[in-house]
Amino acid sequence: MPRLCLRVMLRAENLSKRFGDLVAVRPMDLAIPAGGVTCIMGGSGSGKTTLLRMLAGLLAPTTGRIWFDGHEITALSERELFRLRRRMGMVFQYSALLNSLNVYENVAFPLKEHTDLPESVIAKVVAMKLEQVGLRGTEHLMPSELSGGMMKRVAFARALVTDPDVVFFDEPTSGLDPISAGVITTLIHEISEHTGMTAIVVTHDVHAGLAIADHVLIMWQGEVIARGTPDEIRASRDPRVRQFIEGRPDGPIPFSRSRTPYWEDLISRTGAPR
Amino acid sequence: MTAILGRIGRMALGIVARAGDLLLLAMQSLALGLRPPWRLRPFMEQLYAVGVGSLVVIAVTGAFTGMVLALQGYYTLAKFGSESLLGAGVALSIIRELGPVLGAFMLIGRAGSAITAEIGVMRVTEQIDALAMMAVNPKARVVLPRLVATTLALPVLVAIFDAVGILAGYVVGVDLLGVNPGAFWAEIQAKTTGEDLNEGWIKALVFGFLIGAICTWMGWRAKPTTEGVAAATTHAVVLASLAVLIADYIMTSFFL
Repeated sequence: MPRLCLRVMLRAENLSKRFGDLVAVRPMDLAIPAGGVTCIMGGSGSGKTTLLRMLAGLLAPTTGRIWFDGHEITALSERELFRLRRRMGMVFQYSALLNSLNVYENVAFPLKEHTDLPESVIAKVVAMKLEQVGLRGTEHLMPSELSGGMMKRVAFARALVTDPDVVFFDEPTSGLDPISAGVITTLIHEISEHTGMTAIVVTHDVHAGLAIADHVLIMWQGEVIARGTPDEIRASRDPRVRQFIEGRPDGPIPFSRSRTPYWEDLISRTGAPR
Repeated sequence: MTAILGRIGRMALGIVARAGDLLLLAMQSLALGLRPPWRLRPFMEQLYAVGVGSLVVIAVTGAFTGMVLALQGYYTLAKFGSESLLGAGVALSIIRELGPVLGAFMLIGRAGSAITAEIGVMRVTEQIDALAMMAVNPKARVVLPRLVATTLALPVLVAIFDAVGILAGYVVGVDLLGVNPGAFWAEIQAKTTGEDLNEGWIKALVFGFLIGAICTWMGWRAKPTTEGVAAATTHAVVLASLAVLIADYIMTSFFL
């Protein structure tokens, strides 16, 4: 049952992003409620990771403004933005663990940077977070000794170690085995429910996304084509939404990116494309 | 003609813009070092990697430079019957010129390229973004320690280069070629002034800063691809070497 949240944690107005001629995110308005799980879903290249990075303040938008809990992050100085980021966490698509540090040091890193906690307390907190992701006992391993799935789980523990208000997840289950993926998605939902953490999850895993989300945005070609609760999304009659959640190759969302007819293209080719 | 001039103009503007960006990154990073929190560990780690890690290569380069200078110097001085000046010739060449320049080249090859590659890989693997999301300014954590480490380590490495080079010159000049040992040291003492020593360490300090600023910037701005990091590493070595040579000429003309 989706939780209704009145407070808005992240708000954006007229937000867009262009990379040269490529429009990654078309102008949009957004309001992400506090204390729930918001899933941003869409196919590859739909602009969801670009949107996430703008909301996290990692990427400057081409147009528009973003507010984080009332603070306009698009107008903050670098120093103020770093201060505000103490309330945020992020799990990157490829984990982004610090290569020179072992598992323990990676997870403990934010605590050592921003708190005066004694090492004995930090060690206990790290053990608790690693237990949550099923990796207690791997503290001494270096990132190069971990599998992709294990790295992602360590990154998950690191993002949660300071109990941030908002955590951004970029494809949190990609590359994970089904058991780990299930544990991680359940964990996102449970932590959000029990601690009031706002989770913003970018994923193309429709079933996991709809199962844990309180609020869903579906993106296509840089714009939000549907938003609402998981039940509202499931009941949507928009053919693009239906095609996406049913995973059908035929429909208004083309599987092929090519605009020219296939046979015409084959016949006209006489050499390597220029 | 207009097209050529336009291209030259655009190229010049591009160079100025990149030089400005490079200096801005270095200055912003240094400015962050003036504010707490101060973390000693990243600096010590980088000082160790840059300084201690380059010690052997610097000492070996210094030794062979001193040895070849003694051989070449003896060959020239013997024509004028001035072999006794060999010590001063070796010492002045090394202290004023070869120590800082060759030491800088060795540092670029040994540590500068590694700095660019490391920062580039951190960019590719989103570690720079991860630091930012953990509210740790990557300029303070990644750029500053490396910039300070190259700047502080090079004068010390150059002093070691100079000492090893002069000793190696002594071995070749005195033990192998038969120059009088007393004359060798006496000429060094008589002809080497504080100004010569100042020229050496000031050059090393400036070269160390240039190497740090260029190599960190190249890694920072590397295209986030495997090819991008490889290209940035190559460009860092070329650009830093050129910068050292150009700065050497300017500083030498200033000191003389």
